[in-house]
Amino acid sequence: MHEMSIAAAIVEQVERAAREHGVDTVAAVRVQIGELAGVVPAALDFCFELACAETLLAGAVLQSETVPARARCTPCGAEWDVGMPPELGCPDCAGSRTELLTGRELQILAVEWGGRPVDARADQGG
Amino acid sequence: MCRTVDLRQAVLARNDDDARRLRAELAARGTAVVNLLSSPGSGKTALLEAELVLARDRAVPVAALTADLATDNDALRLARSGAPVKQVLTDGLCHLETAMLRGHLDGWLAPGTRLLFVENVGNLVCPASYDLGESLRVVLASVTEGEDKPLKYPTAFGLANLVLVTKADLAAPAGFDEAAFRSNVARVNPGVEVLLTSARTGQGVGTLLERALAVLDGEPVHRPVMATAPRATGHEHPHPAADRT
Repeated sequence: MHEMSIAAAIVEQVERAAREHGVDTVAAVRVQIGELAGVVPAALDFCFELACAETLLAGAVLQSETVPARARCTPCGAEWDVGMPPELGCPDCAGSRTELLTGRELQILAVEWGGRPVDARADQGG
Repeated sequence: MCRTVDLRQAVLARNDDDARRLRAELAARGTAVVNLLSSPGSGKTALLEAELVLARDRAVPVAALTADLATDNDALRLARSGAPVKQVLTDGLCHLETAMLRGHLDGWLAPGTRLLFVENVGNLVCPASYDLGESLRVVLASVTEGEDKPLKYPTAFGLANLVLVTKADLAAPAGFDEAAFRSNVARVNPGVEVLLTSARTGQGVGTLLERALAVLDGEPVHRPVMATAPRATGHEHPHPAADRT
């Protein structure tokens, strides 16, 4: 279950961002998880709570947004939802020159800080 | 004041960066990493042992790292080939990350090593998400595992540069339907090469070594459809031409 490692990576990145923004509590973290990212949102949710303990993120909520996987055929231009298990060959022309447009996302979209605003911002990250 | 900030950071950015750096550093030394993924018991170690023996016979300098949660059984088996072999113990972790490899390479990986085989933890789920700086990702499945394995573990098979079927000598008794397996692989990874091997009879042994050496020599590697999608939006160009995302 690598969701624990994923959760730890999220906590590490958010903590760094919080320090850069001079913030000491985090209310929520919004993440985007593609259908084919290989991550189970429910397992990640469980691990996130554990990974947040005794960090700036203690008590923070994880808001997961699932991104459906869509593909496009390069020669014929067809676009389709790949489904699960995914169909990555073109359903129209049976071509194999296709590309995945979405579905591999695994990213932190935004963070909502908690507590009161801190006046002395140490914002070096831009 | 705005209490929400846009981060748009790939969760695995640090591992991806580490992997890109390692790939470039090793390429500069003339070494390519081959990442081997499969479920436990599929015969990764047996095939790798046969490939290492062949490399020794052909005087190709290779090395191998083998990862498990516990025991150095696999390292002892692989070391019989005479190749430099190191056991990586993950202390319970289900996958390898690039940072874990790096600590093992410093001072161990001999200059002139052409291929470094990394036998990942036996697991078709977690290791799929972690780039280890490899130039070739090989996913193996044995004939006894069922033809629908690629559909059950689409991310692992979908990101493979090469798929190897192992224990081909047992195909008939196991009732392995090769056509169905190939069709399932093609569904999640159109165009990827699928080869049959048997460490016991020697069928297909040497192919892995040859494919890996070809990649090291600059031959284009199959780029899976699944690897064409961006991991994060906003920072990365969605279709990098040179590097796998």
